[in-house]
Amino acid sequence: MAKKKTLQKALLSGNEALAYGAYEAGLGVACAYPGTPSTEILETLARFPEVDAQWSVNEKVAFEVALGAAVSGVRSLFACKHVGLNVAMDPLMTSSYTGVNAGFVIIVADDPGMHSSQNEQDTRWVALYSKLPLLEPSCPAEAKAYVKEAFKISERFDTPVMVRMTTRVSHTKEDVALQSREEATRPVFERNIPKYVMVPGHAYQRHIFVEKRLGKLKAYAERTKLNAIERGTSKLGFITSSVPYQYLKDEYPDGSYLKLGMSYPFCDDKIREFAKTVKRLYVVEELDPFLEEHIRSLGVKFTAKDPSFRIGELTPDLIPEVVAGKVKREKRVPKRKPRLCPGCAHWASFAALKKMDAYVAGDIGCYTLACLPPTSALHSCLCMGAGVTFHEGWRKGAPDRKIVGVVGDSTFVHSGITGLINAAYNKTKGVIMILDNSTTAMTGGQQHPATGLTIRNEPTKQLVLEDICRACGADNVDVIDPMNVKEFEALLRKRVSEDALSVVISRRPCRLLKR
Amino acid sequence: MKNQVHSVTFGGIGGQGVLKASEIAGWAAMFDGYHVKKSEVHGMAQRGGSVESHLRFGKKVYSPLISAGGADVLVCFHHEEHPRLRTFLKKGGADLTEYLDRAEAAIDNPRYINTFLVGLLSAKLPIREAAWMKAIEAVFRAEFVPENKRVFLEGRRMAQS
Repeated sequence: MAKKKTLQKALLSGNEALAYGAYEAGLGVACAYPGTPSTEILETLARFPEVDAQWSVNEKVAFEVALGAAVSGVRSLFACKHVGLNVAMDPLMTSSYTGVNAGFVIIVADDPGMHSSQNEQDTRWVALYSKLPLLEPSCPAEAKAYVKEAFKISERFDTPVMVRMTTRVSHTKEDVALQSREEATRPVFERNIPKYVMVPGHAYQRHIFVEKRLGKLKAYAERTKLNAIERGTSKLGFITSSVPYQYLKDEYPDGSYLKLGMSYPFCDDKIREFAKTVKRLYVVEELDPFLEEHIRSLGVKFTAKDPSFRIGELTPDLIPEVVAGKVKREKRVPKRKPRLCPGCAHWASFAALKKMDAYVAGDIGCYTLACLPPTSALHSCLCMGAGVTFHEGWRKGAPDRKIVGVVGDSTFVHSGITGLINAAYNKTKGVIMILDNSTTAMTGGQQHPATGLTIRNEPTKQLVLEDICRACGADNVDVIDPMNVKEFEALLRKRVSEDALSVVISRRPCRLLKR
Repeated sequence: MKNQVHSVTFGGIGGQGVLKASEIAGWAAMFDGYHVKKSEVHGMAQRGGSVESHLRFGKKVYSPLISAGGADVLVCFHHEEHPRLRTFLKKGGADLTEYLDRAEAAIDNPRYINTFLVGLLSAKLPIREAAWMKAIEAVFRAEFVPENKRVFLEGRRMAQS
């Protein structure tokens, strides 16, 4: 560790670069729940003793703690994956109204191509919807520079700032120069009821502020160097953002570019001005037509990608076809699929479920892989916590089926507890199985409240799963090792046949845990 | 000065040390003064699935991904992954897959095969030996550095002989 500190340069991933950039900008507090491709941001920040870093219970909690810290006067950061931002949307929308005090940055990592996610949503629309400024780095070096800029914008305009990554930017490594930390000056923490108490009358006034702020941010977008014009040939011009910029520069080195590092609010004047200077103009972006639709509304003529390319990640191989306006040819290259590790205890849990021919409401974690043939023993995956609530929903229309809800230990803490309370409160019967491998395995083994260790592996208060399940109202709570196959099967059969709400905690620590 | 970008595709399956191998090469290129970009796969894909890492270095590098037919060298860790990965290799590019069986025969501890293959790779790239040594020191914990250097040099010598 000490060795790396003395380096002038380091080979950093986009996520690590964000962490270093935030650290150098005097970051004080950072909160997140793990989620690929964003996990390494907090893991890196936790290595800096000056930063109060935490794994939060879920993204809503993380967002609120980090925003609260900013309001109290310390530069703060919240990081998540795209679907994690959905969980934090409630505080996010109103944080646009309250604004900040010290700088507050929202980092969100989209996953074009769904390398490790359940959907391919384009989070840039959230900036438009919430009226927050949006920065889009295209490489790790930019990620580091942009996060510093984001803190400045946040404090200058009294706004949370979104920094949108994609899997490719998060997980590209680049040689990045390291600088020393600059302690940020801390604004005073004061009671400010009209600013921080969002009752209708105050919120109306703040909405006026938000619209004014949006105008000021637009003016800033016009003059900031984040939106840079690179003059090449006047025959060929590109308006682009994020990593497609890098692919284009390789393919069309002589072209002219308007690279949008700050892609919301839109810099309309700069866009119009650039469009006038090139003969053929292309708008190239990954996923949704976010830039495309807006630029079209300006009356600017250009070529955009065929709608078939809104699906999946753009890669350098696809760029010529995208620019030529061709339709995407779906080609399936056979790739080895991920699977549960050999000897993983989830195999035993799902073997028992398959043997009893259960309908299994699933959730998000390594165990989602049990849907793959030949096991095929997990029958839904919607979002965090839905293993518990789908179980309740399914029983309404199919009460005669053997329905079991499964959820991982970390996922249960994230958003399964509310579902279990709901089941008990609404007199639901049935079986919820907590697949407890005592870690957040899929994202690489992060701590959570039920492991009793913090992000820095320090001992802390441990959430006892069996106690909380009883407190939620479960009639039976069993803890059992699924590797005791016969005992496990017998217990499961018994609980499924009973007229009760039961939680079976199938507990065996992940084999990948370092001990 | 012509901006020549060198491209290396690494591929195999989760758990084979594919990312570690590209990590050593990435740090080595950086220590030798190049601009470096390297793509990785994390998360679900690492659970025994296909793992790929692309390394590109030169005076100035844009794309972190290598196009079909764009790799100067292919470092393949698993024969079954080869048909898919070889599409990255350019005509006349170096395919290190032919060394895979020899590497497995030469190395007692399979955990060091990735370092051995990086040693082989090092002979094909314009990066000085001192930079490779420094990279091994940066990437591995101190107690593993001497053995990794030894295995690396063994691979490097095999390619040079």
